[in-house]
This record gives sequence, C-alpha cells and structure tokens, in this order.
Amino acid sequence: MRTLWTIAKREYNQYFNSPIAYVVMFMIMLVLGIIFAIVVRSSMQSALQSQMYGGSMSAPDNSPITGNIVFLLVFSIPALTMRLVSDEMRMGTMELLLTAPVRDWELVVGKWLGAFLFILTIVALTLVYPLILNGLVENGLDQSKLLASYIGVMLVAAALLGLGVGISSMFTNQIAAFFLTMGVFIFLWWLIGFPAGLVQGNSSIFEYLDMKAHFYDTFNTGRIMLADIIYYVSLTVLGLFVGTSAVEMRRWR
Amino acid sequence: MIRVNGLTKDYGSRRAVDQLTFDAQQGEILGFLGPNGAGKTTTMRILTGYMPPTEGEAFVAGYNVMEESIEVRRRVGYLPETVPLYTDMSVFEYLKFMGDLRHLPNVEDRVDEVLEQVGLLDRADGMVHNLSKGMRQRIGLAQALLHRPEVLILDEPTIGLDPGQVVEVRKLIREIGKERTVLLSTHILSEAQNICDRVLIINKGRIVAEDTPEKLQARLLGAERVMLRIRGEMDDLPALIEKVKGVQTVDVREEGVLEFQFAPGQDIRPEVAKAVIGAGYDLLEMRPMGMSLEEIFLELTNSETRTDERGAK
Repeated sequence: MRTLWTIAKREYNQYFNSPIAYVVMFMIMLVLGIIFAIVVRSSMQSALQSQMYGGSMSAPDNSPITGNIVFLLVFSIPALTMRLVSDEMRMGTMELLLTAPVRDWELVVGKWLGAFLFILTIVALTLVYPLILNGLVENGLDQSKLLASYIGVMLVAAALLGLGVGISSMFTNQIAAFFLTMGVFIFLWWLIGFPAGLVQGNSSIFEYLDMKAHFYDTFNTGRIMLADIIYYVSLTVLGLFVGTSAVEMRRWR
Repeated sequence: MIRVNGLTKDYGSRRAVDQLTFDAQQGEILGFLGPNGAGKTTTMRILTGYMPPTEGEAFVAGYNVMEESIEVRRRVGYLPETVPLYTDMSVFEYLKFMGDLRHLPNVEDRVDEVLEQVGLLDRADGMVHNLSKGMRQRIGLAQALLHRPEVLILDEPTIGLDPGQVVEVRKLIREIGKERTVLLSTHILSEAQNICDRVLIINKGRIVAEDTPEKLQARLLGAERVMLRIRGEMDDLPALIEKVKGVQTVDVREEGVLEFQFAPGQDIRPEVAKAVIGAGYDLLEMRPMGMSLEEIFLELTNSETRTDERGAK
C-alpha cells in the first residue's frame, strides 16, 4: 500500500508540474461555466414564461452540469493518461521502477490512483456550479440526486482512467497511446450504441456495453444501480489488468 | 552473494548472453569487461530482476531472481547504463521518492548522507534537468546506494565523469566493496585493474577469461604462453623445460600437454624444442597461447577508451 501511495503521490504532483493539466482544468471549467450560464438563463426564461402564461415547469437540477462533466472527461482523459506509463519507458525510468521492489500491478494501479486523485480535484472544483444553482433555486437542489450524479461521474472517471492507463502501458509513444485511447473511448461511448438500434431481436449485449447509457439513464437521473457500478468497476479493473500485463510482457521482450 | 548458472538470454534469434556461469562473494568487486554488445548490460538486467533469462538460473543474496524477484530487488542497488532520472524533479525530491519506494526510515537524513557521499549535497535543491552528465551519473549512484544494498550492480559507473570525479567514484566503490558485493561493468581496462578484485572478460555473451587483474595483465603484457604437445608420457619433462633459461613457469594441462611462459621479447622456443627433442621426446605441436586474449583487449581498448584512460590518470 505504501508503495502504491508513493507512486500515486508522485503522479499527482507531476500533473501540477505540467501545463497539460492546467489546460485541461481550465478548459473543463470554462466549458462548464458556459453551459452553466446557458442553463441558468433558459431556466429563468421558462420560469418567467410559466409565470406569465400559467402552467407548470420543473425546477432546474444538476443533470446538465454533471452530464457535461462526463462528456468533457471522455475528451480530456486521453490527454491525461497518455504519458502515464509510456513516458517512463521513453525516459528510461521504467528500468528504475522495474528494478525497485515495486510489483508491476502496484506501479500500474499507483499511476491510475494518482490520475484519479487529479480528476477528483477537478471534479471537486466543478461542485461550485451546483452550489451556485442551489442558491438560485427555491428550496435548493435535490441533494440525493446530486450525490448520485457525482458518484456516477467518479465511476465514469475511474473507468476511463483505467482504460487510459492500460493503453498507455502498451506504448512507448505517447501520441499513439493518445489516439488509441481516444478511439476506444469514442467506440465505447458512442459507436457501440448504434448496433443496439439496428440489430433486430436480441441487442441487449450492445445495450449493456454502451458506456454512456450506464450514466445518463441512471446516475444522472438520481438512481444508483448496482449493475452500473459493476459495469464501471469492471472496466476499471479490465484496464488495470491490461496495463499490468503489458508491463509484465515488456520484461519478456 | 551472486551465483549465476548457465544463464542464457535470447532477443529473438540473437543470443545476447550464452551459458554464463560465475559467482561473486561478499566483499568482492567483480568487474565485467567486454566490448559493446558483449552481453554485460543484459546480464545485469537479469540479475536486477528487470528481465527474465531465457535459460539458466541466477541467485542474488540467496534469492532466485526469477521466483523471488521482489526480495532480490530489495537487496540490490542498481545503476543502469543510461541513468534514469525524473528530470522534472529536484535532486532531493528524486532521491526521496526512490527512498519512499523502498520504504526507508528517515529518508530525508539518508538522502543527505548519500548526497554527501557522492559530493552533491550543495545541489540538493537543484532541478535534475539542470545537472551535467557527470552529476547525473553521481545522482544515479546515490540512488543505488540509498538503501545500503547488500549487492551493488553498476553499469559503466564512471562513464561521463571528469578525471577528478572518476578517481572519487572509484574510491567510493572500493570502499563499498570492502563489505558488500559489487558487480560493475566497464570497457576501460585500467578501470578494471584499478578497482576490481576479479575480472570477467566477456565477449559475444560468453566468458572468455576470468582472473584477477594482475594475472590477466601478466597474461596480457608480462609473458607469452606457449602450449606444447608430445607423444606419450611426460615423465620429468616439466622439470626439464623449467631448467631452460628464460622459462618463467610450466603448467601441466593434461597428459602430454603443457604450457610454459617466458618474458616477451626473448623468444626461447627453439631452445625448449631442442631440449625436448634432445631428451628423446616426440614433439607433436608447439603453439603460442593467449593471443586471442590480446586480441580481445585490443578490441576493447580502442582509440576512444585509450584517451579516456589517459584522461583518468
């Protein structure tokens, strides 16, 4: 555990030494800020309209914000994970880590944990938007819904980072790792959902694999389902397993 | 402390290390001498648990490098050929990270200690990427010494250092080698002579010679060796040859075969031949030995390393 923590800590600090982390942080906050402004503005307009013409409207909730955090993570995580393991190989420091008393899985999981803590930091910063919204809405936001959505965000982040670390372990070249990671994300997030609509009859396997459905249909509407938790945790474990195997295989070359 | 038995490593179809067998005791400094691509680095990488061998087995500090890799890695300090450093950390941060990875108690004090040992205490807060090659080399050495390892494996430890530092680092290695086991590789002959208790010369993955530096040097420079083969039994032939003027030593290899040594420059082969035939033996063959060793050394000490050596003195 101590070794794991040492590696995670170094990785976490590393992010604050590199511009890419600040760029990612800035972009996420900026885009979310814009979306937040639009959400607030349109809610106010519809509130005004319902006051003038009667009728009912639902109070705004956190779902546009958390929904977009997840969307932004799909695009930014490849940039955050691409160098995690591949850079160690390029710099030759892999030789150092693989000859220190560090198990291969500790190395991979430590890297993942460092990146996960960094994403948690960003996600914590985004809490500012729901908090503002909470003040704007009468009676406040539905807090259990907010909690469910954020648990979902963390699980999605964990899974994406797991896959990213796994792919980074297979390459010495960061750019190759970046594009493959992005490709896998696009596939799991968007493309895999299409066959579900096309295939007649039993399309449940495609529906099950669709990564976005496990978030938007449940967590983001305030429901926590065990099946979704299992789905994201499985993806995380799969990514970390691939990463550990890749590091191990590198020794045999 | 180090025991290697039939170690073989293939990279695809190329055999980098071929049936290597040797050992090193505690308090011994063993030198690996050989040209580039001889298999020195590969052997060291196997011993440090970086990669598994294709065949054979190796034990370091009593643990099998394959099966008890973590135990081996706890007890080994390793300085790889290309010093691996995190360039975006300060010297202190880097060494502290390495100490934390090894769960050292009082890491910070220990880091100061090793920095003192390698003479870089004043650079502790400097960033690694601002350091010169020689300083990086010394940081790499500090990293290898950090956990007071029982076995120290150093791949070309003095490469890139200036002459003054070379002397310092060699002194440091000799000191460490008094209590612990050091395995170091070099392609500089004088370095091996300077620090090592014993030298293994490897070429193309095989051990071609193994001896103390003094004896190797004697074989190389101090004497010429000649092998002599006769028909039948030797009886008192060794004693006979020993009496010939100029002969230094006589070693019996097997029945009918012996080697004798004489100082270079005074070729006494005709005298020995006359003595052998005169005593009634059938002389079958007489052939100079040790030439291959010389050739290897020539290959090693190419012009580049010669200038290195001069610089180091």
